[in-house]
Amino acid sequence: MSALLDAHLVASRGAFTLDIHLEIAPGETVALLGPNGAGKTTALRTLAGLTALTGGHLRLDGRDLTALPPEKRPIGVVFQDYLLFPHLSARDNVAFGPRRHGMDRRSAHAVADKWLDRVGLGSHGARKPRQLSGGQAQRVALARALAVDPQLLLLDEPLAALDARTRLETRGELRRHLADHPGATLLVTHDPLDALVLADRLVIVEQGRVVQEGDAATITARPRTDYVARLVGLNLYRGSGDGHTVVVADDFTLTSTDTVSGDAFVAFPPSAVALHLSEPSGSPRNTWPAVLTDIQHHGDNLRVRLDGPITVSADITPAAAAQLDLSPGRALWVAVKATETRAYPAV
Amino acid sequence: MKTARVPVPLLIPAILGLIFLILPLAGLLVRTPWATLFDRLAEPGVVEALRLSLITSTLATVVCLVLGVPLAWMLARVTFPGRRLVRALITVPLVLPPVVGGIALLLALGRRGIVGQWLDSTFGITLPFTTAGVVIAEAFVALPFLVIAVEGALRGADSRFEEAAATLGSTRWTTFTHVTLPLVAPGIAAGAVLCWARALGEFGATITFAGNYPGITQTMPLAVYQTMESGDLEGAVVLSLILLVVSVAILAGLRDRWLTTP
Amino acid sequence: MRALRLAAVGLTALVALTACGDSSDKSDTGNSAGGSVTVFAAASLTESFTTIGKSFETANPGTTVTFNFAGSSALATQINEGAPADVFASASPKNMAAVTGAGSPTTFVKNQLVIAVAKGNPKGLAALADLTKPDLKVALCAEAVPCGAAAKTALEASAVKVTPVTLEQDVKAALSKVKLGEVDAALVYRTDAKASASDVDAIEFPESAKAINDYPIIVLKDAENPTGAQKFIDYVLSADGIKVLTEAGFQAP
Repeated sequence: MSALLDAHLVASRGAFTLDIHLEIAPGETVALLGPNGAGKTTALRTLAGLTALTGGHLRLDGRDLTALPPEKRPIGVVFQDYLLFPHLSARDNVAFGPRRHGMDRRSAHAVADKWLDRVGLGSHGARKPRQLSGGQAQRVALARALAVDPQLLLLDEPLAALDARTRLETRGELRRHLADHPGATLLVTHDPLDALVLADRLVIVEQGRVVQEGDAATITARPRTDYVARLVGLNLYRGSGDGHTVVVADDFTLTSTDTVSGDAFVAFPPSAVALHLSEPSGSPRNTWPAVLTDIQHHGDNLRVRLDGPITVSADITPAAAAQLDLSPGRALWVAVKATETRAYPAV
Repeated sequence: MKTARVPVPLLIPAILGLIFLILPLAGLLVRTPWATLFDRLAEPGVVEALRLSLITSTLATVVCLVLGVPLAWMLARVTFPGRRLVRALITVPLVLPPVVGGIALLLALGRRGIVGQWLDSTFGITLPFTTAGVVIAEAFVALPFLVIAVEGALRGADSRFEEAAATLGSTRWTTFTHVTLPLVAPGIAAGAVLCWARALGEFGATITFAGNYPGITQTMPLAVYQTMESGDLEGAVVLSLILLVVSVAILAGLRDRWLTTP
Repeated sequence: MRALRLAAVGLTALVALTACGDSSDKSDTGNSAGGSVTVFAAASLTESFTTIGKSFETANPGTTVTFNFAGSSALATQINEGAPADVFASASPKNMAAVTGAGSPTTFVKNQLVIAVAKGNPKGLAALADLTKPDLKVALCAEAVPCGAAAKTALEASAVKVTPVTLEQDVKAALSKVKLGEVDAALVYRTDAKASASDVDAIEFPESAKAINDYPIIVLKDAENPTGAQKFIDYVLSADGIKVLTEAGFQAP
């Protein structure tokens, strides 16, 4: 399957340089995931033509878009806070694109009504943006972006402005619409859940560079940076592998059932970490003494951080915490089964 | 209830400021010969001057809108060399004494002026001593008010709406007409009102550039001045009051219609 | 240059006017010889009175004269509204009469109208009736000001009907329209045309005799320095004063 979008985006602004490669196939949704300031929005703006590229190239369906102004690009954008025109009704907002593409008023309104119907707002066409709820505004913004039949759909944090409950509903609906979109879709987000639910493939950006890309399963199983590990909730260490062992700190080795050699990562979830008052014996292959530094609520459980040869996060039940009499400064033993760890090459 | 919370260092100057503005008005009202007010209003010269004032100030506002809104847009949205200088130049009519402004207009657009000469020889158009000249003088003095108000409104408006329009296939021109203008409409309305009020009260540039002839170039402020010059202080007060009442009535009417719409 | 000088004179007058409040306070303490005299004079007297004021100060050491030049009617209004003035020299008896309690003024000069045209008289005007030529742009003073009243009298007396393009608020404004070339002719005082001889030509016309303007002068009832004021008026009426005025184009009464 050849890529619909083939882009090498280079944009410098002051000390910051964005330099990423992006390829998106027809019908595919790619999530550009990264921390604040990683360059995600800059990437989206260069694709839309709102920020100029200082290098690289941008081809969509074989056509060079690099020099085209935004209005000449076959794109649709859903902005973070939607930017619905406040003086126009929902229907006129959606009809705005088709009108600018030369459609007469009646046909544009027909297209708008069709799209409003598809996002479930067929009866809200006459409302002004300020009369719409956050979720409704998001759907109108999506309808507006899709109404121009874009080859490339760009979404900038499409769910960030919504409250938790609305976000859940809207996310599910957005997933359905993105699946129906025949063109390429790029979703910019810092929320891993949005990325995991909505995208077919994830591209992780940090400091203007792609640090990892792949499908959700690969990335959640095998994070390659602290940022990604934190996102997917894993403890991650980098070291030197030799068979089933990886040296991750001075004289400290983690054992895994996987086999690696050379530069390697070891990852395991906080739920795989067991805490003991005294040195455990038996099956766990990795044990070390540590000092508790922090306790926080994490869902129904507690998440604790421990200092030692390596820093580690562990999830434990409140009952276990009470039993262990946990408080910061407490000395404990940490145990991680080798079968719960994942070791994989870093290069 | 709320006034109790206004800090005294704000309240006292605010009240003094209000008194300062209202006191001269009170002075006018005290000297008004109410009995003859309506007789004055019925004088053909007064009606003529009032009509001319309203027509010319409205036309001047239209001229300012046509020229000033694009100028404000350029200043707010386009980066070009010398933009700061242009912005400073726009305020020139504000600091220039209007009479000097009138002389400057004569030197530019008068019969011997750098452009006026050519207008005369090519088209046979001379602007001084015509109603068009009044409109030009008023527009010259009032334009900065509009440009400054509209530029402020444009800077305050979220330019990302314009970006959103661009991604939907809108050219800069269509974006301007379909998105920018509606967004800053309240700012433009406020600027137009300021501009109109300034044009209505214009005296110095008008009398210098357009001259003073009843029915053609004698607007209300000129009529007021001439009445006062002839020693008829009472008459001048009455004419001022008529101008004041008419303009306040119009502004109040517009305010309800324009400025309160969300 | 001229405009600059005028502005400078105006500025000095303003400064002097502000200062004169102080000096009159001082005169109460009795430490001044002649004190200061404040003269409100018609705009057409600007040049000659400035000259007379200087020689008066030289002739009367210790006495200072400050001027406020403006249209006569504006001056009359200012005086009635309480402006501090010792002497009022008006360009017409009408404006003098408008000053409440003006008493009986003395006519010190007369002025006559001329037709002011651009240098070299490009339109070839020769008589008052020429002002009715089509396509000729004429500026008159508004009737409210003396030069306008005089023009009206002269035109009516000679049954010439002129349609001006503008009614200027004072004689200097009418003259400047000629200088700028915005109008082809204006009826102004001979003195004003003479003061601008480098820019305009003056055409005398016999009908102007029907509208001779008397310039009255008076010591004001509320004068703070009536003695100084009378001395100044005496000086204006002296041979020295009249000489300056006639050289400027005024006629002796």
